[in-house]
Amino acid sequence: MKTSSRRNLPLFATAVIFAVLFVCAGVMYDGFFSTRVLVNLFTDTAVTGITAVGMTLVIFSGGIDLSVGAVVGFTTIFTATLIQKHGVHPVLAAASAVALGAALGAFMGTLIQVFKQPPFLVTLAGMFLARGAAWWISTESTEITHPFFVHLSGYAWEPGGGLRLTVAALAVFAALAVGYVIAQHTRFGRNLLALGGSEQSALLMGLPVGATRIGVYTLNSAGAALAGIVAAIYSGSGNPSQGVGLELDAIAIVVIGGTLLSGGRGHMLGTFFGILIFGTIQSALLFDGRLSPAWGRIVVGLLLLGFILLQRIMLRGVSRRGDGGSFLKL
Amino acid sequence: MSEAQAHSFWRSPVIWPLAGILALVLANLLHDRSVAFLSVTVSDGHLYGSLIDIFSQGSRCMLVALGMTLVIAVSGVDLAVGSIMAIGGALAAILLTQHSAPLVLAVAAALAVTAAAGLTSGLLVAGLRLQPIVATLILMVAGRGVAQLITDGNVVTIQRPGFEFLGNGYLIGLPFSAVLVAVLYLIVNTVLRRSALGLFIEAAGDNETASRFAGLAVARVKCLAYVASGFCAGLAGLLAASNIRAADPLTSGTNMELDAIFAVVVGGTALTGGRFSLLGSWIGALLLQTLTVTMYNLGVAPAVAPVPKALLIIGVCLLQSEKSRRWLGGLWRKPV
Repeated sequence: MKTSSRRNLPLFATAVIFAVLFVCAGVMYDGFFSTRVLVNLFTDTAVTGITAVGMTLVIFSGGIDLSVGAVVGFTTIFTATLIQKHGVHPVLAAASAVALGAALGAFMGTLIQVFKQPPFLVTLAGMFLARGAAWWISTESTEITHPFFVHLSGYAWEPGGGLRLTVAALAVFAALAVGYVIAQHTRFGRNLLALGGSEQSALLMGLPVGATRIGVYTLNSAGAALAGIVAAIYSGSGNPSQGVGLELDAIAIVVIGGTLLSGGRGHMLGTFFGILIFGTIQSALLFDGRLSPAWGRIVVGLLLLGFILLQRIMLRGVSRRGDGGSFLKL
Repeated sequence: MSEAQAHSFWRSPVIWPLAGILALVLANLLHDRSVAFLSVTVSDGHLYGSLIDIFSQGSRCMLVALGMTLVIAVSGVDLAVGSIMAIGGALAAILLTQHSAPLVLAVAAALAVTAAAGLTSGLLVAGLRLQPIVATLILMVAGRGVAQLITDGNVVTIQRPGFEFLGNGYLIGLPFSAVLVAVLYLIVNTVLRRSALGLFIEAAGDNETASRFAGLAVARVKCLAYVASGFCAGLAGLLAASNIRAADPLTSGTNMELDAIFAVVVGGTALTGGRFSLLGSWIGALLLQTLTVTMYNLGVAPAVAPVPKALLIIGVCLLQSEKSRRWLGGLWRKPV
């Protein structure tokens, strides 16, 4: 019982930090306490949030994916160009973008699994590949004028009570729900955690290590492509430079959510709170207006440091093995 | 060719990047159908030409790669170099323009702060035993915010002849930045190889536990590597700001971490740590800059430049991986 409560401590800490932050912001800024602001936390961080869900799974497995931001940028301009210049139906364009994303993920996963290359290096190269390809298609942003797309951009589900859920917000909730089921209720999710905990043990247990690892990178890149489509819907255009630095925000969200960066431990609910914390910081800076957006980066950096130190201390409590993960593991 | 010779040929760290540079130069010559690419002209006692440009524009990456080599040699990695570059440039710019500080003071202050930033990463890695990627990621995220705060988010233009000399000046006919970097490489290489420090670094990277049992202050050696990386990145940030006569906290040093890691890996330093080649990193950075210039020359849009870079990185990593080495080795041994 003691270990399980200790294990959930980061999750608990994340929830408390969110509550404190939100209440502080509510006290400081007029009109912060409203369902509209709460929902906007999700709408405004939709793209980062969706990639954070996939990133959670990758980090579960002890890996990391730095290419997601570039994949988002590539997807927006790829779909925009297909729709505007080649007259492809948005649904078909989106499907091909997701397929391309999945292909890139499978390629990177194969390099990591078969050729034993460090994930950060392979995905850094993947980032260059996707960003370069995006700029190759076009260096200018392209507006999407297809009626179906415009309809989606303006659409919002209003279940009553002043609640207004845009497509972006709905997409985050869907991604979180799917991510939750995958992480906590499927064999694949358990295999990911086992792989992140110890690859050697996972192999000895007879778990499909190769398929799991390639699978998670494929899933994550496909998820990043989906986030790109949401970004295109949200902004009504495709922009090859979208999502620069997004991967860091996604990683920060995952870590703030209490998931161990060396893999093997974490919870999708933590990512949910991570998105909320991230969104609160962004909204508070926006509400304030006096503070430079640079503070957002610094606060996220400090939160990141705080959570990593917290994990460090707790790991030391759980096991006295010393260093949890070596550089090679990442 | 005997087996031992073939082996050392395959393992030599600088053969491949050198071959790459040669191939790129050849591609330029074939494309131009003239030797214009190789020509160096003298004007005002300064040397001009594509080759000279490669050395002067590549100097920043070479510099960052110098620090990165040491960090990777102690089996770490420093993702914060880009942000540290931005901090160094921003700080010097503000000191020079708004506080009209003397040049020496501004440069010294910028370098001291960036070295301290490196020390922070080092303490997180060596003291708190965080994974290097995680520890430096924090500084990478927060550092750019700090750089933006320093300049209030603005691009600061600098008009000081002394400062402009850093990135644009000429020393005995050669670009000052290239000379500065080459001298730094020579000094660091001499110090590391002529003293026990180089061995300490390799030992700390190769087997940390064994080194500690052997009485080596592993934590201190690691810290030193990160401080060196912060210092080099800071100096590179100064060169970058001086080169364009402005400090841009948002774009200065973006993607520099990948370029530097690439230069180091291509140069034959293993990402697992434990051995390093400074000459290899220098040539690796040179290869990267030659690739960039070649793409301009061949008419590839600058925006597309990341694609061939990425393909090259993947190719090099695959060539260096255990698996493909075995396959290639098998091919080599087959009787003709």
